Amino acid sequence: MPPPAASSRYPSPSQPSGKSEVTDLKSQLRQLAGSRAPGVDDSKRDLFKKVISYMTIGIDVSSVFGEMVMCSATSDIVLKKMCYLYVGNYAKGNPDLSLLTINFLQRDCKDEDPMIRGLALRSLCSLRVPNLVEYLLGPLGSGLKDNNSYVRTIAVTGVLKLYHISASTCIDAEFPATLKSLMLHDSDAQVVANCLAALQEIWSLEASHSEEACREKESLLSKPLIYYFLNRIKEFNEWAQCLILELAVKYVPSDSNDIFDIMNLLEDRLQHANGAVVLATVKVFLQLTLSMTDVHQQVCAIVSVYERIKSPLLTLVSSGSPEQSYAILSHLHLLVVRAPFIFASDYKHFYCQYNEPSYVKKLKLEMLTAIANESNTYEIVTELCEYAANVDIEIARESIRAVGKIALQQYDVNAIVDRLLQFLEMEKDYVTAETLVLVKDLLRKHPQWSHDCISVVGGISSKNIQEPKAKAALIWMLGEYAQDMSDAPYILENLIENWEEEHSAEVRLHLLTAAMKCFFKRAPETQKALGIALAAGIADFHQDVHDRALFYYRVLQYDVHVAESVVSPPQQAVSAFADTQSSEIKDRIFDEFNSLSVIYQKPSYMFTDKEHRGPFEFSEELGSTSITPEVSSDIVPAQQFEANDKDLLLSTDEKDDNKGLSSNNCSAYTAPYESSNISSQMQELAISGPAASATTTQSSFDFDDLLGLGLSAAPAPTPSPPLLKLNPRASLDPRAFQQKWRQLPISLTQEYSVNPQGIAALTVPQSLIKHMQSHSIHCIASGGQSPNFKFFFFAQKEAEPSDYLTECIINSSSAKAQIKVKADDQSTSQAFATVFETALSKFGMP
Amino acid sequence: MMISQFFVLSQRGDNIVFRDYRAEVPKGSTETFFRKVKFWKEDANAEAPPIFNVDGVNYFHVKVVGLYFVATTRVNVSPSLVLELLQRIARVIKDYLGVLNEDSFRKNFVLVYELLDEVIDFGYVQTTSTEVLKSYVFNEPIVIAPARLQPIDPAAIFTQGAKRMPGTAVTKSVVANDPSGRRREEIFVDIIEKISVTFSSSGYILTSEIDGTIQMKSYLSGNPEIRIALNEDLNIGRGGRSVYDYRSSSGSGVILDDCNFHESVRLDSFDSDRTLSLVPPDGEFPVMNYRMTQEFKPPFHVNTLIEEAGRLKAEVIIKIRAEFPSDIIANTITVQMPLPNFTSRASFGLEPGAAGQKSDFKETNKMLEWSLKKASLTVVFQIVGGAEHTLRAKLTFSQEFHGNITKEAGPVSMTFTIPMYNVSKLQVKYLQIAKKSSSYNPYRWVRYVTQANSYVARI
Repeated sequence: MPPPAASSRYPSPSQPSGKSEVTDLKSQLRQLAGSRAPGVDDSKRDLFKKVISYMTIGIDVSSVFGEMVMCSATSDIVLKKMCYLYVGNYAKGNPDLSLLTINFLQRDCKDEDPMIRGLALRSLCSLRVPNLVEYLLGPLGSGLKDNNSYVRTIAVTGVLKLYHISASTCIDAEFPATLKSLMLHDSDAQVVANCLAALQEIWSLEASHSEEACREKESLLSKPLIYYFLNRIKEFNEWAQCLILELAVKYVPSDSNDIFDIMNLLEDRLQHANGAVVLATVKVFLQLTLSMTDVHQQVCAIVSVYERIKSPLLTLVSSGSPEQSYAILSHLHLLVVRAPFIFASDYKHFYCQYNEPSYVKKLKLEMLTAIANESNTYEIVTELCEYAANVDIEIARESIRAVGKIALQQYDVNAIVDRLLQFLEMEKDYVTAETLVLVKDLLRKHPQWSHDCISVVGGISSKNIQEPKAKAALIWMLGEYAQDMSDAPYILENLIENWEEEHSAEVRLHLLTAAMKCFFKRAPETQKALGIALAAGIADFHQDVHDRALFYYRVLQYDVHVAESVVSPPQQAVSAFADTQSSEIKDRIFDEFNSLSVIYQKPSYMFTDKEHRGPFEFSEELGSTSITPEVSSDIVPAQQFEANDKDLLLSTDEKDDNKGLSSNNCSAYTAPYESSNISSQMQELAISGPAASATTTQSSFDFDDLLGLGLSAAPAPTPSPPLLKLNPRASLDPRAFQQKWRQLPISLTQEYSVNPQGIAALTVPQSLIKHMQSHSIHCIASGGQSPNFKFFFFAQKEAEPSDYLTECIINSSSAKAQIKVKADDQSTSQAFATVFETALSKFGMP
Repeated sequence: MMISQFFVLSQRGDNIVFRDYRAEVPKGSTETFFRKVKFWKEDANAEAPPIFNVDGVNYFHVKVVGLYFVATTRVNVSPSLVLELLQRIARVIKDYLGVLNEDSFRKNFVLVYELLDEVIDFGYVQTTSTEVLKSYVFNEPIVIAPARLQPIDPAAIFTQGAKRMPGTAVTKSVVANDPSGRRREEIFVDIIEKISVTFSSSGYILTSEIDGTIQMKSYLSGNPEIRIALNEDLNIGRGGRSVYDYRSSSGSGVILDDCNFHESVRLDSFDSDRTLSLVPPDGEFPVMNYRMTQEFKPPFHVNTLIEEAGRLKAEVIIKIRAEFPSDIIANTITVQMPLPNFTSRASFGLEPGAAGQKSDFKETNKMLEWSLKKASLTVVFQIVGGAEHTLRAKLTFSQEFHGNITKEAGPVSMTFTIPMYNVSKLQVKYLQIAKKSSSYNPYRWVRYVTQANSYVARI
């Protein structure tokens, strides 16, 4: 068949003249509809193409719907496909047409050509018309049983589509069970892979309200099933392999033989040309080693895994497009930061190439900084100094910063200091600016180098420095080392005289402080300048500048010596600069290896929030609210691990315990042993308790507690409802949560006080989430900043799938918690609130 | 691994192809994406990274022949998977259309939609194998004449210089028939090596690496099995030795640091006799990627000198020596050197001995004018093996400069293509096609090419 030559016979479709053309098309199609002449299909193809090209550029061609369907009574697949594309576009918006379409597609689902059966079924399931789902059941059912694998593959995904249109219809028709049996028995690998994908999605969503689904979801991680997939992984295409590897990541191996079996099975996946397969395999390896119980064995395994995966990853970096390199490099970066020693001799791989995009260069610079150690610092710094002269100014700046960071983390930095000083001699504005900031940081950590640095810095003309950060750094040095720099007071005076032209508040703040410090050391020379500075500062429109100037002025008035001890205490070296990212966050990112978290360098709850945010109507002042979508992952503690650079090998449990202990120690309350203290707290709690009338009875209960009854069986207000038992392994996915939260009315609103220990512990909001979880109340979303924190919790009755949803807003300055409860079973919401309150009251207690 | 949408945008942001698989991402994602990519930072130099998040939607993109291939999702997916997928989609479409550009897309959009429906269903990848897709895809491509090959296209590197190569062969569609109506039985095996070398200012090699690919494109009917034999002295992995320890690698043999293989490749006898066997699927694909840091002889030696020649003047001398045999010709050579910012004028001179190259250097002058706007020096020409060329430029500065002029200029970077030459010495010893008939003798093209990836000489 020759290719249709639409463009030659018809004018360009991109310039339609409007309605008349559509009418014209309509009559032409009608003419062809009944024709059986030879070559008619070719003419139809040309017309169809035209219709579709109109459709894609936004012209309404829905009026030819009937003719299109009529013309599609043919065995020509190309025509069918175009027709499906067309009907799929218009059926949604037009109920009359959708019924017509469904008839047409249902008929095609029984065609003798499997290709047409499959395509019709796919189009049918893609219509997304909720009130017509019953028409899907028949074709889907027979599609799953079709003897052609193409049709089955499409039917399996069709089931998932049906689930998203109407979950109940899909479940009631018992399609998941059919998929499960297909997954275990079908001979076609793609059918099996699609079953796995569909079941994972369906069961995860169902798990929130069906225990059976919960069990089914966990059964996917059973040992026989995992091995069923892993043993035949090569039968699947590369994308399905990724799916299987993602599943295997969640598997908890039974013992170390299990671990080594899986690693041996997957060893050759590391040589795959597809980076996604390799990274998924690496993740399996990392998770497996982390689940090892024998620490010594684990150390060996981790080192050998790192050694093993290094080379394949480096190959992927250099063989792919820059975009692919970027994704792989981001993961290497994560590994490098975690285990610099393993990559220490590979530093040359992270040298920048002149033609790389800047996003790749920046990553490489960060890696070089992380890898630098005694053995390679000289080479790395030499290389970085080359980049400082780079034409790309942003990269030049980053390179200088990298040199500075290396200097700060090394013990012997003499040579690096020399280089930094050479930067200053380059006389490029941005180089000088970056270098000044670094020299300042260096001096704060190593005051002993002041002599070398100051002589060079003193030679820099402040007029050449425009960037606020650099200016502030220079001014800080002038104040701090006024005694060593002969003209420090005069430079400061000069700067102060130009106060009005200084736009940066940061610089003005530094000027005030530097003038003070200089004054204490060389009073006669500075007095005048200080006076001007204080006057200008007090008149400053910027609140902080004004306040600081006023404070200096008053403390000077009070006593000059006191002022000196406040503003210019003896220099103290800074031992370590605050890290920008906590090790907890880093660990979470590492947990989420081979995901976007690694690219964004943020754990997933920090960027997947908005998806679920909509219906919650968060008030703005609560700040960013985060969602923890993988609630269920907490159920498997062995899979979670936390480690930082030094103690890679410490498992979560140990570390968490340590953390818990230390934070409790920090809060330093020994309250439980001081009866007066605790009773007053109890009173407070009791007053804010659910039933105000029960105050007196309750406080007597509280004393009972003190006598050793413990708080676990919280005294319920009279009349006491039966004690509510919650399911410790409850799960609910965020989408289901949202839906429920929208649907259910508020059955209870209450306010509690939070004890001081709780407020103290709330500095790590995550700890409340863990705490509540230990009481079978699970967090689905949390956010906010001190003093306002917001949490969304859910819990489930132990015996039946009945959910409690709770919004909890805690204000840490007023120590009040406000909760709103919504429940499937509203009669028990009071009982739930009591459980909640009890759990909350124990938060922060040792 | 759910993708919400896939779309292709032109450089101007026009929507060329758009497919929504899961209806989860609000309308306007194409505009959001394009705005973000175009105005990534106030600083115009900073390129948008291939992955970013706007309002909870993750955008992935790869640039192929100037087009943006984009996927969106709300799920925390594997980034490599999506980026790899986007590259593959581009490759599949190219396999079908023969030539990948805006025009061929527009002429074949029905076919492209047909492909996209089979590649992804409800956000899940089904297949990206051109071979598999052939049985599901029925539209025939309207083939565009490859009027001007994109420089990024690997096929382009064979069309210049090497006359034996049927240059357009690699731009034909896997499904379209020849005008004559019959298909030519042929198979292409290309050994493409991209080399990166950094020379220190004193001419020593600081770093060097070869990133190689054995690329295959088969037009053989009936999918016969193929065996490729590589050098017998090929070694993989460098044992416990440091990767950059050159002294220990001076022995014989080709030593690869590491390599990976296409999923169709079987390595049953690779360990014993270094042969790969595979049934090549249709379309273009890498049989094997490899990486090598073993010492090799760089094809060009670059020597640069920049000297002040009085007030407001300086002279630049760049010497390039070709270190390969004289029957080899390197082409599309460019030499670039950033000049000091305050350079106001540069005049350009050749040594008198450079006759025969004149026509090339006319173009050179043009390039020089163009490049001066960016304060850098650019030359384009061709070099025969063994030859040596010297370029001189006289610079005039707009302001006086004190200090070290070498810190203000350079480094010199080179790009080049050397057909029928590879530096790693990795070879395809033979290419065996298992088909019984004795009369069956398809065309076998085994082609080598070396390209500069990052070839830099510091001054």
